[in-house]
Amino acid sequence: MKFVDEFRDGALAQGIARAIHAEAKPHRRYAFMEFCGGHTHAIARYGIPDLLPTNVRMIHGPGCPVCVLPIGRIDLAIHLAIKRGVILCTYGDTLRVPASDGLSLLRAKARGGDIRMIYSPEDALRIARDNPGREVVLFAIGFETTTPPTAVALMNAEREDLGNFSVLCCHVLTPAAIAHILDSPEVRNLGLVALDGFIGPAHVSTIIGSQPYEFFAEEYRKPVVIAGFEPLDVMQAILMLVRQVNACRFSVENEFTRAVTREGNRRAQALVVECFELRKHFEWRGLGEVSYSALKIRERFARFDAEARFDLAYQPAPDHKACACGAILRGVKQPIDCTLFGTVCTPDTPMGSCMVSSEGACAAHYTYGRHRSTA
Amino acid sequence: MKTDYTRPLDLKHGHIDMNHGGGGRAMQQLIRELFAKHLGNDLLAQGNDGTVLPAQPGRLVMSTDSHVITPLFFPGGNIGALAVHGTVNDVAVMGATPLWLSAGFILEEGFPLADLERIVQSMAAAAHDAGVQIVTGDTKVVERGKADGVFITTTGVGVLLDGVNLSGAHARPGDAVLISGTIGDHGMAIMSQRENLQFAAPFVSDSAALNGLTAALIASGAELRLMRDPTRGGLAATLNEIAQQSRCGITLMEAAIPIQPAVEGACELLGLDPLNIANEGKLIVVCAAVSAEQTLQTLRAHPLGRNAAHIGSVTDDPHHFVQLQTRFGGRRMVDWLSGEPLPRIC
Amino acid sequence: MCLAIPTRVIEVHNEFEAIVELAGVRKLVSIALVENVQVGDFVILHVGHALTKLDPDEARKTLELMAEAGLAVDPATA
Repeated sequence: MKFVDEFRDGALAQGIARAIHAEAKPHRRYAFMEFCGGHTHAIARYGIPDLLPTNVRMIHGPGCPVCVLPIGRIDLAIHLAIKRGVILCTYGDTLRVPASDGLSLLRAKARGGDIRMIYSPEDALRIARDNPGREVVLFAIGFETTTPPTAVALMNAEREDLGNFSVLCCHVLTPAAIAHILDSPEVRNLGLVALDGFIGPAHVSTIIGSQPYEFFAEEYRKPVVIAGFEPLDVMQAILMLVRQVNACRFSVENEFTRAVTREGNRRAQALVVECFELRKHFEWRGLGEVSYSALKIRERFARFDAEARFDLAYQPAPDHKACACGAILRGVKQPIDCTLFGTVCTPDTPMGSCMVSSEGACAAHYTYGRHRSTA
Repeated sequence: MKTDYTRPLDLKHGHIDMNHGGGGRAMQQLIRELFAKHLGNDLLAQGNDGTVLPAQPGRLVMSTDSHVITPLFFPGGNIGALAVHGTVNDVAVMGATPLWLSAGFILEEGFPLADLERIVQSMAAAAHDAGVQIVTGDTKVVERGKADGVFITTTGVGVLLDGVNLSGAHARPGDAVLISGTIGDHGMAIMSQRENLQFAAPFVSDSAALNGLTAALIASGAELRLMRDPTRGGLAATLNEIAQQSRCGITLMEAAIPIQPAVEGACELLGLDPLNIANEGKLIVVCAAVSAEQTLQTLRAHPLGRNAAHIGSVTDDPHHFVQLQTRFGGRRMVDWLSGEPLPRIC
Repeated sequence: MCLAIPTRVIEVHNEFEAIVELAGVRKLVSIALVENVQVGDFVILHVGHALTKLDPDEARKTLELMAEAGLAVDPATA
């Protein structure tokens, strides 16, 4: 496979690993946060920790949009399906996330909710066209990568004057989340979470470009290396971060030059601006309320906004008391620090979303890495 | 006036209705003109509530499986052939020669007779090719909406070959783990037919009867511990079952696992792990390390084992983990999925 | 985040739709987010949309950098 296999080459991996071992200073500890859930998944799936020296540690950040989706949002989706009889279109990732009253979208489906898995917003539009007598709602989650496709769907719905289609918008923003972590007391003041740098998200960056991260590098004096999605990209980015830390530099570097430019995808950005605006507040699971971190649909598309159309009222719902997802998402705890991990909370019986999404730190660790903690 | 004339079933345009499950003349006609017509053999022709089977020397092996697959027809097969292959394989992997099958049908009111005939013809062909006979059966009809067209349950009986003692609990550290061919073919063939996926991809199910292959392996005299056919849940599920039963670990080499590029590509597109995708015509063999080469050759010599590979080994692991040495150089767990593999966006 | 995969464009229908291919698997996708897509281009695919083109020259340069990193270290001393 082109652009894929070459970036998974084992021999090159060994070479980069040797370089990391040689350049990481033996008496220094390096802690890098990978923000993107796709990176968490890649790191676990390819066993990258095995290739790193023990003083280089990866912290899993809140880059998984499923993991940071608060229970209250899923409750709204379930409500639409069960109480309002809509056809609820959702991506596969969200189906198993536990919500209130012991429900998940999958369980709501078993109870008769018409919940359908889609691969693209176009699938939801098609369902709307095929079912003119039913209301169809797209449960739109995701960071800046998934937002432009939702924007395209809104434009199409407007152009076709689709009367039965709307979007439950839960799109969130990457820079806001990074800022929130860097501003958190644990990181900024207490130094509880030693964070030496970030691996910047791959595909979010194809849309927003590398420019938005320059602020973080300067303001917080932490290097950011935007890395591609393949394991070699991640290894190379770790090497680049080690080098910056060693040289006391803190700039934005781009490892993913084959897909990311400084300005990003202008066309996609313009479409997003046309369809969405910032919400003043939005609750993130594990991070609490974060200002200007999420999007809502603009007035022009109000008739396609499910929250307006169905007059929905958001109710925050608390996580399980012992669930440590919040702390794990902020990098303060590791999965094995959670009292529920591996016993009450497993991929079969997830208590929090870190376990449901295969990119959540807990699921990744349980599924791919728990042989390490038991060794 | 002809007194014994019954209008024949309209197999081209007719449909199943509630009468066909009623136990009366309509059901008898269905059995005669459709089922018996294609599946007919001496044993089935006994025509009694139970079929008397000839005595066999040796111990018997029995297995049962229900098939509820959707869609009913897919590239490489249909529910009928699948129902025969699945049960033949479950008996064969025990080291037994499969001989007889029963077939129970739950039909949905309105199901086209033409489709049913296609399915039954496939079953007849599959049984014939596998050297087994379908010797007894049952038919029920449920109201429209209560079944996906047809559900089929098959039970198989076979005779254990002499000296064979295979079990999922017999794997020992040091043993070799082999697979007879490429993984994920069946699951992808099914997914490509399902509604939301619009692939124009050449996926063909690997549904096949493995009893010829298993017989060859046993005849080879290799030191076999167990054979299993990985179905739902893919390689990951079956290997984890074996690890649990044998109380060992298993380590696989990713680079050695055979997979078609198109299946791998489709998995990438959907965010699925091929190790979790269903198979219907593949064999996992665990044998003593000294027998590995010979077993590999035996597999490869058979048409169903051309792409056989030695993919890993059994290890001494108190946690009974199944692990994968990635192509990349690192190591990770191969866990069994908690449920259906769900495609991801992230 | 995001599962996105590089695919090759094999047919362009109009400015909104194209067919991409990966290891023999073909899919109809939206190219509404990318300008000037040509047959033979590689694009990153996410939820049925092409997000951006992949630059083969940059890809080659990146691979060279990775190879250099490995060569700069003498395996004997690592």
